[in-house]
Amino acid sequence: MARYVANRLMQAIMLLVIVSALGFAILHLAPGGPLSQFAASAQMTQEDLDRVTRQLGLDRPLPIQYLDWFGRMVRGDWGRSYRDGEAVLSVIGSHLGATLELMATATLIAVLLGCWIGVLGAVRRYSLFDSLATVGAMIALSIPTFWFGLVTIYLFSVKLGWLPSGNRHTIGDGSFLDLLHHLIAPAVVLALVETAIWGRFMRSSMLEVINQDYIRTARAKGMPEWRILTVHALRNALLPMITVAGLQFPTLLGGALVTETVFTWPGMGRLFLDSIGYRDYPVVMGILMFSAMMVLIGSLLADILYAVVDPRIRVG
Amino acid sequence: MSTAALQTVQLAPGQAAWQRFRRHKLALAGAVTIVILVLGSAFGPYLLPFDDTFIDIMKRFAPPLSGAHILGTDELGRDVLARLMMGGRVSLSIGIVAMTIAMAVGILVGAFAGFYGGVIGAVLMRFVDAVLCFPAIFLLLALAALTEPGLMTTTLLIAATAWMSVARVVEAQVRSLREREFAIAAVAFGSSNLRIMFRELVPNAMAPIVVAATLNVAKAILLESYVSYLGFGIQPPAASWGNMLNNAQIYMTSAPWLAIAPGIAITLAVTSFNFLGDGLRDALDPRMNIP
Repeated sequence: MARYVANRLMQAIMLLVIVSALGFAILHLAPGGPLSQFAASAQMTQEDLDRVTRQLGLDRPLPIQYLDWFGRMVRGDWGRSYRDGEAVLSVIGSHLGATLELMATATLIAVLLGCWIGVLGAVRRYSLFDSLATVGAMIALSIPTFWFGLVTIYLFSVKLGWLPSGNRHTIGDGSFLDLLHHLIAPAVVLALVETAIWGRFMRSSMLEVINQDYIRTARAKGMPEWRILTVHALRNALLPMITVAGLQFPTLLGGALVTETVFTWPGMGRLFLDSIGYRDYPVVMGILMFSAMMVLIGSLLADILYAVVDPRIRVG
Repeated sequence: MSTAALQTVQLAPGQAAWQRFRRHKLALAGAVTIVILVLGSAFGPYLLPFDDTFIDIMKRFAPPLSGAHILGTDELGRDVLARLMMGGRVSLSIGIVAMTIAMAVGILVGAFAGFYGGVIGAVLMRFVDAVLCFPAIFLLLALAALTEPGLMTTTLLIAATAWMSVARVVEAQVRSLREREFAIAAVAFGSSNLRIMFRELVPNAMAPIVVAATLNVAKAILLESYVSYLGFGIQPPAASWGNMLNNAQIYMTSAPWLAIAPGIAITLAVTSFNFLGDGLRDALDPRMNIP
């Protein structure tokens, strides 16, 4: 087991190195360049620009810049924002909480709802419920997240006035209830796609389990159906969902970015868009790296956790 | 009992696939919807008396079904239906062209990685893994913001973020097909590697490739709407389904119809391609019945 974990860890680190080089290359080879924001200012002379270029080390060859950046990144120095000079890691840190809050709530909704839909769909296969769930999931996967957000705002904020149309808090009200009130709409919007995916995978996982011998044995023993489903079937059907959770992570993160924009939620996604607008290269690069790291850690954890809980998985 | 009743009808693979596809009602509905959307976008603008970029300040925010404007007018008095149709041209073309490019690159990379395996395969597939670590939207937005926005760039960038999943599918297929008898026979005949790859292996992997292509159109249309909605894609005055929603949020209270029509168009198009892909998967390869 330790060897398996070490192996996977090594792979993840190797991948992370490739990811960082790739991200760096993409950003720095794109036309425009890190200083175009400064260059646009009328007060900047060519002399000033040259000086800033030298000071930031942007006149060096790209591979050297990359190695320098990578060396600092490993030591925890992710550079400073071009916008306000704050350290990139602390900028990300101050926006991370809001994003995690949103993602965790959405995942909770999606897991509960998705599992319920999936289990019911599997148990009553080809019933009306199952067909509706199948079609519904396909439509849910096809609705643009931001548009669903707009419709939600229109219905529940503009028309009904039940929910706030954006932000994380009412100004001057820092209470938990206020946060929850603001969290409902964006979390549900973000949860839509996730629920569809969880429901689909849960259904097929459950179908696989309930056709197995030990379930038939439990039925033959006269065990009540609810007990068979919850105690015997559900537990095993949930195992593969660990992998699904890991694989879903990039989609969830991307969805969070869009949702945060619609609901002006002060998280990492909004920070990313703002930083793109300002051409704040260090922050953009930092967020790209950070999100890739989260994705990698997510899939790594999923793999390891799966190997731990399912002894049938041979590790090595 | 007549012998005719016992006879099983042998269908050609294509016919069998068509029969399975026909049974998939939603896929059929999807195909029909796609045809309607394409025809509507292609020929619709010629039937309308309004130009999609014609600004008429005196007729701003006309609600739907009021007078000549069937879907109303937007904040500059432009006809929403005309913009929806012209936007359909842009969004659907981006979806199809981006898919074509993504398929070409994905098939090329996947075939090489799957056929040669070893170091080449490992390097190519690790590259694919690495790009897939970035959430597609993050990568797409970063690239879109740094390049000159436009039809060409948006299409290319969407293709650039979509080919990896195709490469994975093709790589897995080619890697397993490479060991089959017909592939080994081709080697024995002395066929060149390129010939084996693209005349023997890839055609045999066509079923999952066609399915992936259909689903990729859906993904590309969705991505276009995201990028254009956020202002980094198709730029006004040209319309796309995504950028029509760009301003809609501001006028949500006073002119909600501006947000409704493009959103429904996107959802309809994406759902149709998704159902079509689903039906094709059932029809072309009954074994790969993924939920």
